[in-house]
Amino acid sequence: MNILIKDKTLNIFVRILIYTLLIMCALYFLIPIFVMVITSLKDIYEIKNGNILALPEHITFQPWIEAWSEARIGSNANGIKPYFINSIFITVPSVLISSVIGAFNGYVFAKWKFKGSELFFSFLLFGTFIPFQVILLPMSQTLGTFGLTENVAGLIIVHIIYGLPFTTLFFRNFYVSIPTELINSAKIDGAGFLKIFLKILLPVSLPIFMVCIIWQMTQIWNEFLFGVTFADASTQPVTVALNNLINATSSVKKYNVDMAAAMIAVAPTLIAYIVSGKYFVKGLMAGAVK
Amino acid sequence: MKSKLKYFEDSIPKFIVSPTFLIMITFTYGFIIWNFVLSLTNSRLLPVYTFVGFKQYIKLFSDDKWWIALQNLFIFSLLFISTCIVFGLLLAIFIDQKVRFEGIFRTIYLYPMALSFIATGTVWQWMLNPGLGLEKFVKEMGFTDFTFNWIVDPKMAIYTIVIAAIWQSTGFVMILLLAGLRGINSEVVNAAKIDGASMPKIYWKIIIPQLRPVFFSSIIILLHIAIKTFDLVIVMTKGGPGYSTILPSIFMYQNSFARNQLAYGASSAMIMLLFVMIFVVPYLYNELRSKNEYSN
Repeated sequence: MNILIKDKTLNIFVRILIYTLLIMCALYFLIPIFVMVITSLKDIYEIKNGNILALPEHITFQPWIEAWSEARIGSNANGIKPYFINSIFITVPSVLISSVIGAFNGYVFAKWKFKGSELFFSFLLFGTFIPFQVILLPMSQTLGTFGLTENVAGLIIVHIIYGLPFTTLFFRNFYVSIPTELINSAKIDGAGFLKIFLKILLPVSLPIFMVCIIWQMTQIWNEFLFGVTFADASTQPVTVALNNLINATSSVKKYNVDMAAAMIAVAPTLIAYIVSGKYFVKGLMAGAVK
Repeated sequence: MKSKLKYFEDSIPKFIVSPTFLIMITFTYGFIIWNFVLSLTNSRLLPVYTFVGFKQYIKLFSDDKWWIALQNLFIFSLLFISTCIVFGLLLAIFIDQKVRFEGIFRTIYLYPMALSFIATGTVWQWMLNPGLGLEKFVKEMGFTDFTFNWIVDPKMAIYTIVIAAIWQSTGFVMILLLAGLRGINSEVVNAAKIDGASMPKIYWKIIIPQLRPVFFSSIIILLHIAIKTFDLVIVMTKGGPGYSTILPSIFMYQNSFARNQLAYGASSAMIMLLFVMIFVVPYLYNELRSKNEYSN
């Protein structure tokens, strides 16, 4: 809908007003990341004596080096690097496995419905809404019993399990939109379950794989509750390590190191968002409309 | 022979989804039941299965801290949801005026959704820090009496969480409403224009009422985000000062893992699930029913 006003000067005035408001809002949204970046490039003296919105007078990368490999987190002084690597080892398999299973599930729920499949799907869908606090205690007992808290496998399993409702939903909604006639005629030609999937659906699935992968990656990389509950000091993901760094009470607060560590922790998802924001938005919408 | 093959073919789809079915039954619904069972016991550090009935729930609702958590959740949800909706709607309307660089604006408004609450909480905590952050900045601009110490003020700290949460989620509401705006039939709007209705009136009387389903979905999702909010509080205030910013999620975590009150934590988790169900089950029921009506 466009505000079309006949009076030209009024129209120009309205346009200027709209742009001003849009730019002011943009600044509001950008201030935190701006503060993060500039603070991470200042030395501690400048932070204590300068103001929070001022650009650094002397740019230093020391806080980044310290955050990456020297800062003390828990009992180790190896920076955020080991936990960043943990997060990679957790995120990559969780995303890939949950997406592939989701693709097959979605294919069944969209094109091979059976008695009870709709009900099954509804119950699965509810799984996207449960507050995870309600499975936290049983899961921590289970992981403990199987000795899965000492390595990243436990978190990988947890992320796959609770990612499945989302990935299934994405693929199901996508495959529903593919004409059933295509599939029926392939069936008449003698193609089976797997052949139809590989020959008809898979070739057009790239966009939904992108949506699913970006969504899962963002969710799992940014996840905190499972990480803080199920991982021990050596297997914790980067979000938990970041929190431990920031809330460490012992030494003098190094805000520049905190900010550099936060930048490092958000870098993968931020880059993914900037590079493929289109898919990120589609994922949000798909998750919202359910 | 053929029928055997047919039977085999028919069971492939069921076979494919059966692992997910087992996972769902065990790790979602089974674990919910397990958690409920735990909440009826006297477990502390480790689960013990001596049942004490609803004792934990009675204790829960006579615990001042739990009531603070509920009160905070109420304040937080109300302000968070209403502000996100109003702010998101305004942004969507502004951005829908055929502006240039629409893509850039949208990207900027939405990027916080891609970041973890832990990271954004870090920077908010730093900006709201009275000694070094925005308070100091405004003071140095000459307003020496300016104080902005909400984050350390027990009465105001919950509002700092609200500020950070709004910043993070408004873009999401904007995107949903923008899609809604773009889907509105322009004929009715044009007819109203010809009749001489003013733009604000057209928005208020024609366009916004048509967005009702989008508002509804947005509210459900924001409410869901609100009930789950955990990371942001942990990194910004750790529930403090005192207990002033605890939410049910924090309460549950602290009792289950820091205070070794396993059964007590389990009971608070059940109440959280109940809250979600009250809102989500009717919503999902409605959605699925309307979808089935379309497909039939």
